[in-house]
Amino acid sequence: MLHIVNKSPFQNDSFISCMAHAAESSTVLLIEDGVFAALKGSNVADHLSKAKVIALQSDVSARGIDANLAEGVELVDYAGFVDLVADNESVQSWV
Amino acid sequence: MSEIKKFVYVNRKAPYGTVYALESLEVVLIGAAFDQDVRLIFMDDGVFQIKKDQNTEGSGLKNFSPTYNALGDYDVNKIYVEKESLEARGLTLDDLMDLTYEDEDDDWAEKSSISLVSADEIRDLMEDSDVVLSF
Repeated sequence: MLHIVNKSPFQNDSFISCMAHAAESSTVLLIEDGVFAALKGSNVADHLSKAKVIALQSDVSARGIDANLAEGVELVDYAGFVDLVADNESVQSWV
Repeated sequence: MSEIKKFVYVNRKAPYGTVYALESLEVVLIGAAFDQDVRLIFMDDGVFQIKKDQNTEGSGLKNFSPTYNALGDYDVNKIYVEKESLEARGLTLDDLMDLTYEDEDDDWAEKSSISLVSADEIRDLMEDSDVVLSF
């Protein structure tokens, strides 16, 4: 399934809780302030390895962190976002 | 002329996700018209406000980060960034915009407006202020 996180991992526990509950086979999509969870070397970066993590390119670029992403984090554009939602049977938003 | 007060603006929110960052910047620029002693603190997710390389072309958002470069021209040149906040986010000073001002007491030499400070120093800045504005 697809999990979507849109809040900064440094402001509330949405990202941490999501990663604690996501199956290894699931995909976690980071959008809006959620993209900060993809930062290399942050104090939440260890959680990134628990599932496949993808970030929305335009939200990454808006925040200027393209060069600061952890290894293994993939990027998608808006069309890729739509494909993820369409291709997964269920979607959970960690609002 | 009334007495000069020490104003400290505490910025703790990332840009774009909420409107706090933009609102703070607008208040700072408006407030700069009044002759006060102004300090800006960037801590917690507020450090992301002055992250370099922000590019909103693909998102339809307004990139207001270049406006921070104008602060020096308004004599807003005491900018404090919390070290602990940067470290928790995997960032260093090199990840931030080069915010500078021209020092009129030193032949208009261009100097950095940014000081990297500890949480203890932030505490002292807050204690030392007359007015605290939180965003």
